[in-house]
Amino acid sequence: MALLEVENLRIELTTRDGTAPVIDDLSFTLEAEETLSFVGESGCGKSMTALALMGLLPEGIGRVAGGHIRFNGEELTTATPARLREIRGNDISMIFQEPMTSLNPVFTVGEQIAEVLRAHQGLSRSAAWDQAVELLDAVRIPNPKGRAGDYPFQMSGGQRQRAMIAIALACQPKILIADEPTTALDVTVQAQIFDLLRDLRRQTGTSIIMITHDMGAVAEMAERMIVMYAGRQAEIGPVEQIIDHARHPYTQGLISCVPHIQAVLTDDRPDLVEVPGIVPSLREFGKDQCLFASRCAHVTQTCLDARPPQKAFSAGQIADCWHAEAF
Amino acid sequence: MNILRNFLTRCVYALILLTAVLVLNFSLMHLAPGDVADTISQSMGGADQEILDQIRADYGLDQPFIVQLGRYIGNVLQFDLGYSFFYNMPVTELILQRLPATLILVITAQLLALTIGVVMGVISAQKPNGLMSHFVTFLALFGYSAPVFWTGILLLIGFSLHFQWFPVAGMRDVTIEGGFWVHFVDLIRHLTLPMITLASVFFALYSRLARASMMEVLGSDYVRTAKAKGLSVREVVYKHALKNALSPVITLAGLQFSAVISGAVLVEAVFSWPGLGTLAFQSIIARDTPTILGILFFSALVVIVGNLLTDLALRLVDPRVGGKK
Ligand SMILES: Nc1ncnc2c1ncn2[C@@H]1O[C@H](COP(=O)(O)OP(=O)(O)OP(=O)(O)O)[C@@H](O)[C@H]1O
Ligand SMILES: [Mg+2]
Repeated sequence: MALLEVENLRIELTTRDGTAPVIDDLSFTLEAEETLSFVGESGCGKSMTALALMGLLPEGIGRVAGGHIRFNGEELTTATPARLREIRGNDISMIFQEPMTSLNPVFTVGEQIAEVLRAHQGLSRSAAWDQAVELLDAVRIPNPKGRAGDYPFQMSGGQRQRAMIAIALACQPKILIADEPTTALDVTVQAQIFDLLRDLRRQTGTSIIMITHDMGAVAEMAERMIVMYAGRQAEIGPVEQIIDHARHPYTQGLISCVPHIQAVLTDDRPDLVEVPGIVPSLREFGKDQCLFASRCAHVTQTCLDARPPQKAFSAGQIADCWHAEAF
Repeated sequence: MNILRNFLTRCVYALILLTAVLVLNFSLMHLAPGDVADTISQSMGGADQEILDQIRADYGLDQPFIVQLGRYIGNVLQFDLGYSFFYNMPVTELILQRLPATLILVITAQLLALTIGVVMGVISAQKPNGLMSHFVTFLALFGYSAPVFWTGILLLIGFSLHFQWFPVAGMRDVTIEGGFWVHFVDLIRHLTLPMITLASVFFALYSRLARASMMEVLGSDYVRTAKAKGLSVREVVYKHALKNALSPVITLAGLQFSAVISGAVLVEAVFSWPGLGTLAFQSIIARDTPTILGILFFSALVVIVGNLLTDLALRLVDPRVGGKK
């Protein structure tokens, strides 16, 4: 049994324009000690998937409209709020996209770490504080004893994200969801954060769901990846295999956007290219057709008539494209 | 260390401000027609020019404006606010006699408005379309639109005259005898209606702001983080959200302090509360200039102290205030 199984997940958002599926028929599994990466353009529903796993979809706007999320075999979509609170921060925790605003400005960083330990592990005030200091040390914040008493506004963006990682890993969760943990940070800090996550994973064996735009980081960190497009899975499979031989035109486009991910620029691909066009708007997410069709160089009438089937290839690679065999 | 230095700087500013208030008040009163000599002569049933001049010379009113101003400020620096001819006692003594009554009214009303305002704001923010939310909106509208003296009179008619639950006027019943607690309960019974009247105006402001501020904070990233930690609803709302939502409310409460005091003047008049407001009202009618000046001075003092306390309270809830860099 996989650690986490997501089956035919459908998430609907209700906005002023009506209700639309922001995630449509998404299925994947996450094994113990595995790193699975989510990639895809802005707005394709990566954060919504992450929030759904945590049971934290924006109240009154988003809801799970179908499918299953099973953690260790336990159904989470129908779990009680109390049970979800037990799991959150303890078995499954999350690092958010926005380090500058994700920490509470009026409590010290140490308190914000210690609080999780008190809530889930019943530690006393002083024991929790001591462990918070150790955690700050583990995420490589210099002078952790002194910094634990600092407020978030006294820390840089990179340090805040480290503090967030300390909070997320405090209870040694089974799953860590990292939602673009480095998007808001500058390049050198990005590399440090990825290094840190990689080392921590090695030490703790935590499974990671890593959401990112950074194909380089995917190649370095993850075993498998899911390419999302407009709320749907475009392609899933082992990272090496997909980078080596992507079967979905969107994945191919994404990969060719990244310099040096393939060793040499070939005659086929003499230069960096971009994927033309933009992601369709949320209202069009539910349509029964290939949503990538409007941007695809290989589009045929079939693509516009029906939603593409999932086509399986060797090593568990699956591509949702009518013409996947041809690529 | 930093806080202390900051506090001292604030005190110096406060002193400068107080002096400016003194000069301004004195000049304004000087510009107004009529003076003590007129009042005294009226109470004697009229006097001729010679006696008026005599009175003015006695009290130094014939001196040039600048001399009078200088003498006044000099006296105030020695805590001497002059002598009230109307009440026949030193103004400082008179004001210190009346100040506690006003402070009791103003502080309790402010605290009541803040507590209930924040509690109702927080409850309604969690269900923006719930019953409590509509109730707060209604009460706030009422508080905004009803003049404070009208609310006061309405409460008087309802609860003092009709139901006779509370006394009609004053601050204490001189006929009762007993220990501290008997007098305390008596004070509370007298205080209830004026306090509610004064609080009604400010409760409206605070509850609206608390609701808006709480709603914004509840949608913030750090509240989402608190939920992602698996904390209980109580901890998320009353620890993580509330402490952030309080800052704007405290700031507003500080800004409203002067308004509360001027509101108190009306409330005191309606309920014959023996505080500075009633005194101000009477001394204006009597053209008792030294007393009016004294009251204005003390009001400014109370407002400034109130602002200092607000600043202190803000520092307690928000570490970013005061820039500990
Ligand atoms: N609170 C909300 N109300 C309405 N629509 C929302 C809300 N949050 C997200 N959306 C919409 O849902 C869609 C998916 O958003 P999501 O945040 O999951 O994207 P994402 O893949 O994480 O993008 P990014 O890479 O920019 O973080 C977007 O079209 C977005 O406009
Ligand atoms: Mg996102």
